[in-house]
Amino acid sequence: MSAATDTNLIVRFVRTVGQSALFFLSLLRHVIPALARPRLVVHQIYNAGARSLIVIMLSGFFVGAVLGLQGFDLLQRFGSEEALGVAAALGLLKELSPVVTALLFAGRAGTSLTSEIGLMRATEQLQAMEVMAVDPMRYVAAPRFIGGIVAMPLLAAVFSIVGLYGAQLVGVQLMGVDPGSFWSQMQSAVELNDVTEGVIKSLVFGVACSLIAVFEGYHATPTAEGVGLATTRTVVASSVLTLLLDLMMTATFL
Amino acid sequence: MQRPAAAGSLGPDNDIIVDVRDVHYAVNARPIFNGISLTVRRGRITAIMGPSGTGKSTLLRLITAQIQPDRGSIVVWGNDLSTLKPGEIYGMRKRMGMLFQQGALLTDLNVFENVAFPLREHTKLPEPVIRALVLTKLHAVGLRGAAELMPAELSGGMARRVALARAIVMDPDVLIYDEPFVGLDPISMGVILRLIRSMNEGLGITSIVVSHDVQELSTIAHDSYLLSGGRVVAAGTPQELAASTSGEVRQFMTGSDDGPVPFHYPAPDYAQQLFGDSRGGRR
Ligand SMILES: Nc1ncnc2c1ncn2[C@@H]1O[C@H](COP(=O)(O)OP(=O)(O)OP(=O)(O)O)[C@@H](O)[C@H]1O
Ligand SMILES: [Mg+2]
Repeated sequence: MSAATDTNLIVRFVRTVGQSALFFLSLLRHVIPALARPRLVVHQIYNAGARSLIVIMLSGFFVGAVLGLQGFDLLQRFGSEEALGVAAALGLLKELSPVVTALLFAGRAGTSLTSEIGLMRATEQLQAMEVMAVDPMRYVAAPRFIGGIVAMPLLAAVFSIVGLYGAQLVGVQLMGVDPGSFWSQMQSAVELNDVTEGVIKSLVFGVACSLIAVFEGYHATPTAEGVGLATTRTVVASSVLTLLLDLMMTATFL
Repeated sequence: MQRPAAAGSLGPDNDIIVDVRDVHYAVNARPIFNGISLTVRRGRITAIMGPSGTGKSTLLRLITAQIQPDRGSIVVWGNDLSTLKPGEIYGMRKRMGMLFQQGALLTDLNVFENVAFPLREHTKLPEPVIRALVLTKLHAVGLRGAAELMPAELSGGMARRVALARAIVMDPDVLIYDEPFVGLDPISMGVILRLIRSMNEGLGITSIVVSHDVQELSTIAHDSYLLSGGRVVAAGTPQELAASTSGEVRQFMTGSDDGPVPFHYPAPDYAQQLFGDSRGGRR
């Protein structure tokens, strides 16, 4: 019995991966036509970005502050507290900003994308568009996909900035690290490569999380229950995939 | 008022707009249609009637090429749908308007923008023209004053009337109505009935109306088909159907649950399921 369920699971998994790959290709085909109507795309960038902005800023501050505390504790043991700026900047730029932003994005923007598109299917809006000769892949799916990809690096940048100020607040104001060395060491030690690594990561996460959110919504069973399940799958799949991709990319960059 | 016919529509059967030929269709191995055939003629109002769940909405999805039949063919304007490329299918749909059973308004646009949607997507008309067209159509369904409302603020009947305004805003050659009368008050019902008829008589629009409302339909329909059990069980004018002596037709027209047309979805024996073991209770 368990062998049968296992094969079933594997078959389902492989089928879903195949389906999403095909969906991805079809989305890519619709990116250019969707960009021909920038209004829709801009609206979706705003949606994905603005919906997550507050939570990103709050979390960025907390993560930065924790980084300041932990970093100070660690560096103090080696007598190099002035390196706190570097440590916080590298930790945020290369790792924490892209990853935590992607996780929060999946929970905030991703779920609302999935449920929005799923409900459009459940209320026959997507079918109505098709009958009106408007391709929902172009009108609904592609703009949301692009919006997510553009919003993700922007959100990660906001996360980094707020996070650095959080680390600075704890390290400099609370723990008494010299503000001059905090900022100047950061400036001299952080290289363009470090920034690029973070940007590439968040672009990749943007593609992955938006693809999953749009795919799950588009293929949700058209019922209240189906949309709920799809929303849950979006969070789980996006989070796991984000962490997996992060490991793979970090290994490649180092 | 007739537009130039699409390529391929010239021929002896020029008058047949939709030709459904021996179509078979199954969902999850459960057959919905076993060889259904019917035709819709130019400039006529064709009624499609049948009990709930016989597949009337499914038939409309087949005609608009949202789904493909398992067997048989559907010919619209002389083109076999299975041979059309996606672009050609979109071209065909631009000449059709469809009223969905639940309205299917786009929830993130207000009433005005919903009606303007096909115009904005398919034409480059200047804003004042779009405005005039949309307001005219909204006025025709009595909802010009609701232009600024969002779909969530409409009642079911109002939503259906907005959807009707949207379906006619492109001046289609064929209009498809899925249950246009359900949940309408008598006044709106009269308005919609007159609208269907006037668009047919005044503009020569071919109409396909799916409904249970035998009484209402018989006042406007030219041809009617009664579906049951996955096929056409009767065809003719509404008067012919009303006068039919066939048991199935009489049962539907008089609304009895006792007769050859099953009222129940296929199920195990009632007594056995109630009093026997629990098998068949859940699946
Ligand atoms: N996506 C689907 N999955 C499974 N079954 C379906 C699906 N769509 C339709 N069906 C089945 O097909 C049958 C026909 O459905 P359809 O909506 O066409 O009926 P209908 O004649 O329009 O009914 P009503 O008058 O209630 O609207 C139903 O019995 C339904 O169970
Ligand atoms: Mg129906």
